Amino acid sequence: MAHEANLPPLLEVRNLQVAYGGIHAVKGIDLHIWAGELVALIGSNGAGKTTMLKTLAGLLHPAGGQIKYDGNNLNDVAAHRRVAMGMALVPEGRGVFARLTVAENLLMGAYSRNDRHKIATDLERMYALFPRLAERRGQLAGTLSGGEQQMVAMARALMSHPRLLMLDEPSMGLAPLMVQKIFETIRDIAALGMSILLVEQNAKLALQTAKRGYVMESGAITLSGASGELLGSDAVQSAYLGG
Amino acid sequence: MEILLQQIINGLVQGSVYALVALGYTMVYGILGLINFAHGEVVMVGAMLALSALTALLGWGVPPLLALPISLILAMLGCMVLGYGIERIAYRPLRHAPRLAPLITAIGVSIVLQNLAMMVWGRQYHAFPQLIANQPHLIGGAIINDIQIIIFIMALAIMAGLMVVVHRTRLGRAMRAVAENQHAAQLMGVDINRVISITFMLGSALAAVAGLMVSANYGLAHYYMGFLLGLKAFTAAVLGGIGNLRGAMLGGLLLGLIESLGAGYIGDMTGGFLGSHYQDVFAFFVLIAVLVFRPSGLLGERIAERA
Ligand SMILES: Nc1ncnc2c1ncn2[C@@H]1O[C@H](COP(=O)(O)OP(=O)(O)OP(=O)(O)O)[C@@H](O)[C@H]1O
Ligand SMILES: [Mg+2]
Repeated sequence: MAHEANLPPLLEVRNLQVAYGGIHAVKGIDLHIWAGELVALIGSNGAGKTTMLKTLAGLLHPAGGQIKYDGNNLNDVAAHRRVAMGMALVPEGRGVFARLTVAENLLMGAYSRNDRHKIATDLERMYALFPRLAERRGQLAGTLSGGEQQMVAMARALMSHPRLLMLDEPSMGLAPLMVQKIFETIRDIAALGMSILLVEQNAKLALQTAKRGYVMESGAITLSGASGELLGSDAVQSAYLGG
Repeated sequence: MEILLQQIINGLVQGSVYALVALGYTMVYGILGLINFAHGEVVMVGAMLALSALTALLGWGVPPLLALPISLILAMLGCMVLGYGIERIAYRPLRHAPRLAPLITAIGVSIVLQNLAMMVWGRQYHAFPQLIANQPHLIGGAIINDIQIIIFIMALAIMAGLMVVVHRTRLGRAMRAVAENQHAAQLMGVDINRVISITFMLGSALAAVAGLMVSANYGLAHYYMGFLLGLKAFTAAVLGGIGNLRGAMLGGLLLGLIESLGAGYIGDMTGGFLGSHYQDVFAFFVLIAVLVFRPSGLLGERIAERA
């Protein structure tokens, strides 16, 4: 992989544990992402993927372990501060602000930026990336279709100029054509050099998109490696690809 | 006819004050799903602070037209600190507690504030000093005086300003985002605690203005005045649809009108059996009627049960 050997990974998770009350949902995970990498995290329902992402974003607090991002220990950094540090999460179920317009949603994405004069240019860039949103910029986001809302959620995250974009099941509930469109965009963004952590239940699509992947089962990483190897492995074949 | 017009004028003026207070209830409800029953006491504290400042300033020979805005600003600042403190001390620790807990706390805060006010300002009524000539003006046989005109115009201007803040600024966008989805707002980089604090402070500043208006209009202030006023403004917020800003304004004005018209005609309606001092019951008829027939209020969406 083409990363400078002497730089630490952009994100480095060590022995991360997360619990809901007494229920341990994440049980000691190690994971890393190099700058510019697109990494997939796959796993079936209830594996703990969302829990993991929420913890990375700061919405949940770890019961143990460490999250290092860009050389900083994140454990005590509040969620809203992580956005300014360049982390963005497109949450499961999208979390668009239904009663804000499309344009207002995108502006919310730029909330923590301090180069405010560039926001208007970036808005236009998002509308170029998602022309469907351009036509609907004044519409309340709650009135959009699921696919359009996914676009809002992604555009909104991109408005914060993230260095690490985390996507929680962007294909969920979308028609195949829309899934294609969203994944095309993910590849385009990755090609620009952004680091991406892609969480998916659609293992095949995720591993075809990412270079590297992790497989998560009941709160732990069971397999990791290059996407091609994972796609070919018997464990992934039988568990996720019905083969 | 003159009576009708007179009741409408009185109703709109009083209603604009209810609207300012109702906005405070509705803003906090919108963002936290919490009814801040201590809000009426913030109005009272605003009135008392303004009155104390006014008396002191006038005593030092400050001209009335300067003393009035200074007292208003001092009262607003005082109430903003109070509102901030109430949220910090009474509500924030209970953010994830069952809904009943902050409700009980709110009542506790109310009682504490009333008693503190009684200790500071005593049990007596305080007269509001005569600052301006307060000229009466005749329109269509009805009377409107200077203070009423000032109250009404100022209230409308403040409400318009609030709408601009909420709908046209970065802060307002953040407030609406937090009201809708706190987690998603955090993911945008919003410090939700800060936004919640600002919301309490904004509502409390409006309450201070309302407090000064009420005491100027009636010429009186009293440590107990926040209770009934708060209950009525809460009714106005529910009437308009709690959580909805336009609803709070509409509800306030409507409640003022209902009360005033009701008081004007209750004598005729009951053949002289009930007099205009029964005015206060109308607010509560309205509250009961809304809760029975349209709990989501006039402009409110159906209130989904929040967990
Ligand atoms: N708020 C919560 N309280 C208690 N348990 C929870 C909570 N959220 C998730 N869990 C539990 O934690 C485990 C992991 O859930 P999580 O949502 O992280 O899985 P996931 O891998 O994202 O699943 P999916 O693919 O269905 O989205 C599950 O057993 C779930 O029931
Ligand atoms: Mg999930």
